[in-house]
Amino acid sequence: MSRIATTFAELAARGRKALIPFITAGDPSPEMTLPLLRALVAGGADVIELGVPFSDPMADGPTIQRASERALARGMSLRGVLEIVSQFRAEGGLTPIVLMGYANPVEAMGVDRFVVAAGAAGVDGVLIVDYPPEECLEFAAKLRAAALDPVFLLAPTSTDQRIADVAKAGSGYIYYVSLKGVTGAGHLDLDEVARRIPMIRSRVGMPVGVGFGIRDAESARQVAQVADAVVIGSRIIEEIENAPVEAVTDRVTAFLGTIRRALDGQGD
Amino acid sequence: MQMAESGYHYPDARGHFGPYGGVFVAETLIPALDELRAAYEASRNDPDFLAEFEYELKHYVGRPSPIYHARRWSDRLGGAQILLKREDLNHTGAHKVNNCIGQAMLARRMGKPRVIAETGAGQHGVATATVAARYGMECVVYMGSEDVQRQAANVYRMKLLGAQVVPVESGSRTLKDALNEAMRDWVTNVHSTFYIIGTVAGPHPYPMLVRDFQSIIGRECLTQMPELMGRQPDYVIACVGGGSNAMGIFYPYLDIPEVRLVGVEAAGEGIETGHHAASLSAGRPGVLHGNRTYLLQNEDGQIVDTHSISAGLDYPGVGPEHAWLKDSRRAEYVGVTDGEALQAFHDLCRLEGIIPALESSHALAYAARLAPTLPRDQLLLVNLSGRGDKDMHTVAARSGIQF
Repeated sequence: MSRIATTFAELAARGRKALIPFITAGDPSPEMTLPLLRALVAGGADVIELGVPFSDPMADGPTIQRASERALARGMSLRGVLEIVSQFRAEGGLTPIVLMGYANPVEAMGVDRFVVAAGAAGVDGVLIVDYPPEECLEFAAKLRAAALDPVFLLAPTSTDQRIADVAKAGSGYIYYVSLKGVTGAGHLDLDEVARRIPMIRSRVGMPVGVGFGIRDAESARQVAQVADAVVIGSRIIEEIENAPVEAVTDRVTAFLGTIRRALDGQGD
Repeated sequence: MQMAESGYHYPDARGHFGPYGGVFVAETLIPALDELRAAYEASRNDPDFLAEFEYELKHYVGRPSPIYHARRWSDRLGGAQILLKREDLNHTGAHKVNNCIGQAMLARRMGKPRVIAETGAGQHGVATATVAARYGMECVVYMGSEDVQRQAANVYRMKLLGAQVVPVESGSRTLKDALNEAMRDWVTNVHSTFYIIGTVAGPHPYPMLVRDFQSIIGRECLTQMPELMGRQPDYVIACVGGGSNAMGIFYPYLDIPEVRLVGVEAAGEGIETGHHAASLSAGRPGVLHGNRTYLLQNEDGQIVDTHSISAGLDYPGVGPEHAWLKDSRRAEYVGVTDGEALQAFHDLCRLEGIIPALESSHALAYAARLAPTLPRDQLLLVNLSGRGDKDMHTVAARSGIQF
């Protein structure tokens, strides 16, 4: 069982929902990423989605675009992201890490080299935003062969066929994009989420996390009523953007703590 | 479009040209692309759709565009004969409008009242705004804020035509960032909005449908060349940024192996300087903007800034079908520098009384390089894809002249 699957199983046994924060590696600087990973763990993260910055983040809204630009301006690279994950593991960090990014940096490194390097670094899962299942069956198989979980997106508009494709190609969990649009965008349709998630979970046979549009404890609590995990990204990046450097990690831990308590209140 | 050539069957059902093309987008865009593919499949062989397209091209665009034998320039070069396919004479001054009409007709069929587009120099934006006005559609054009500054006249043109121009502040603030932003708009407003992509790039089915709409250029040439010169050309030459004018003129010639196809990329200040936009000549395959193709990128897979004197060629990728034609050696791709393109620009002005677009000047420059090496009975057909009115200030600035 992968570290991600184990995490979800343990949470389920305790009647808890998973909290999955997202940050972009290298934002606000490469040196801050390791302390931020610790801050996320301290704030109650069950799984961490670590963004690999890309020059053309087509599926992201302005907040994560800015994070990506800051990271690249400070020299962050895919290789650098893997090094940070290694350091996190070396100091005993156990929280599962899912790399989230775009296809081109992975292809530039070479898919085979990437899979080996990610496994060696201690990565647990990989979500490539612009790799829909039909374009990456081979890549997904290579990840699974290296005991890494290929994580896929599903959307409100996904057809039954897409859900079946993703169920076959993916493992670990499904990332359900709760609204049309880009990351950090407007309105979360909770009724829609409540309607779709049970159906998707029953078809994919793995936990379903919901993200895009979750901004506070209340929306997280409501989503957690139907989902297995809550993914929260842009809102954390805003904390990072708005805090003075010396206060960044404390702010992130404190913010994530509010979400954690909302989710755990859910289980009681 | 009933234009399936006998031996050439690309792309496949999922949009692949060999290893290139495909659908590399986030899940949120997949249904929109499925819907577009279905609408295009239903339209491409529908006689009503084709008749309307033909009518619009004839009466609104002014097609067919003529082929002109540039005798004085050919004589001066002292070798092969140069023939110009006059896309510069189209309404709005370039080939771009052919595709915009086709896509706007699809948008109407799909019941989408709003169209969006990305633009670099503004030519595709102007063509989209034009067609949107013609059909009474809401139109939003995304343009890098750098380009908004540099292309003030085209920005005003789009506004005159009723379009809203949105400056894009992210990334390098140029064409590629405008494309990212248009994609983001589309994914957010997909129920009401049709995204009119301006070139043969992007996720399937865009490279195919833009090629099909633009292939009117080459189909006309197939008829016109025998009428004018008694036979098909020996070479067909076109500039390549994204590559839509080149695909448009190449496609009907793909199954005539005697005709050599040459795509001309922007070598900027020279490939060796790193300041260029020659993705096929100097790039590596990768994934950007929904398709796999040759890209200008650094070692880490980040897309790099490009340079060309011609904004329309200033793009770090290229249509996936060109990537395939390069690898399969059906077409060859060469580079022309800013300086060579400018020389051809001035020569055509002085010798033929035609002011070409700087983009097209790259194709002209390669013809000027090639012609003297060939006998006088060889025929070079060059796609004069646009006129140069938009480039006045760029060319003047190079000569130290301010308006």
